[in-house]
Amino acid sequence: MNKTALYNLHKKFNAKFVSFAGYEMPIQYKDGIIAEHNLTREKSGIFDVSHMGQLFIVGDDKLTDKLQDIFPTDLKNLSVNQSRYSFLMNENAGIYDDLIITKISNGYMIILNAACKEKDFEIIKSKLGEDFKISLSKDLSLVAVQGPDSKNLIEKIIPGVNKLKFMFGGDFKFNSNKIYVTRSGYTGEDGFEISINNNDVVEFVETLISLGSNLIGLGARDTLRLEAGLCLYGNDIDENTSPLEANLKWAISKNRINSNFPGAKQIQRQINEGVTKLRVGIKPEGKIIARQSTKIFDENNNQIGKITSGSFGPSVKSPIAMGYVNNTYTKENTKIFLEIRGKKVSASVCKLPFYKKNYHKGDVNVGS
Amino acid sequence: MSEVKFSKEHEWVTIKDDVATIGITKHATELLGDIVFAELPEKGTSVTKDGTAGVVESTKAASDVYTPISGEVVDTNQSIVDDPSKINNDPEGDAWFFKLKVKDLNEINSLMSREEYEKFAKESTN
Repeated sequence: MNKTALYNLHKKFNAKFVSFAGYEMPIQYKDGIIAEHNLTREKSGIFDVSHMGQLFIVGDDKLTDKLQDIFPTDLKNLSVNQSRYSFLMNENAGIYDDLIITKISNGYMIILNAACKEKDFEIIKSKLGEDFKISLSKDLSLVAVQGPDSKNLIEKIIPGVNKLKFMFGGDFKFNSNKIYVTRSGYTGEDGFEISINNNDVVEFVETLISLGSNLIGLGARDTLRLEAGLCLYGNDIDENTSPLEANLKWAISKNRINSNFPGAKQIQRQINEGVTKLRVGIKPEGKIIARQSTKIFDENNNQIGKITSGSFGPSVKSPIAMGYVNNTYTKENTKIFLEIRGKKVSASVCKLPFYKKNYHKGDVNVGS
Repeated sequence: MSEVKFSKEHEWVTIKDDVATIGITKHATELLGDIVFAELPEKGTSVTKDGTAGVVESTKAASDVYTPISGEVVDTNQSIVDDPSKINNDPEGDAWFFKLKVKDLNEINSLMSREEYEKFAKESTN
């Protein structure tokens, strides 16, 4: 089992660990998931996401051209230090991974999901050929600092970060060592992600804690991202769902739809002909929780879909879920039924996100 | 009121006359984390020792609640359904789950004392 550079610090803060994508990761600390969720929404939370892949590719305009053959994203109009959400897809537009591409001074940095990173690396490497230096970092940790107080806390140790706009990044220093900071995250809150050397990350996180931020586990990360309507790879999107079916069409650059990235033909077809299933938000009635794989039925008892993520939303104070339903059931307030422990429970289709975001300045309105 | 007894499924039970009060242990709530949903058996139904008699869900997962003793459900604690966080706050007190008219008082003999349960809970966690 892999451990991140912060493992001992998690232990010191009484983390409960779970195995996730081959890593021993903290699911929660002593106060529990709801307290951690609320700390992130109301104050500031620190997430160890070092299990995620940090892929670096060195190159110039030729690399941009080549990457546009792989990703459905307009990279030519990306300025240096700007990030975009994108996908690695198969020929059928099934999602191998969802990722964040950032243009950096000597090429690109791509943040990959932990469970997918090795496979992504091989796919991207084979598509790029031998012309570009590509590496999946082993020396770097990745820390997300999220929530309304984060900007002021982090500004104290990394002066200047507060000037970053959402989905932009830059080079900064911690202890006179180079770090890379982006204004981004996956909680629905304003925040930052910091790529920092394994040797410096413990001191960095300890400093943030001493200033008033809090370690937050994967459990709260899951309820935060679910409230924000964000997909968890492997649950809500995978090789059998396309970005259009996942209601993520916004992430495919308009001027790229008719180009030649893998899955382009299927994307074009789905734009013209529509999709047969679509990811929607779902609100169960009452307090019952609909977990992943819960079957969804219409009023005539026909199965029309499946839940892909479901939990209790601590900020919205009710059960929430996402799932795929047949395309005639996607309208807001459509009444549906969930089969939970053998009983049919009423629910309704609702808009995503469940919780309204607080991104900095709202330059890029992700997810709506 | 009898001495409190415990099951391997992390329920507690006390008996007064022929009525048993049943809930889940503090140790169980610590394993579960924040409880956000509780489902109780219906009044009037009969439940059998070690059979399911409810559900609790935390932010993480759902878990069945078992009854450590057989009987007929005579009362349920609606306040934990309305506010499941009470289960985390006072699992072995106000947040009892249901009361049974006990079928066979001898069933309690197979359950653990507090000391035995604490040892069991510690060992099963490690």
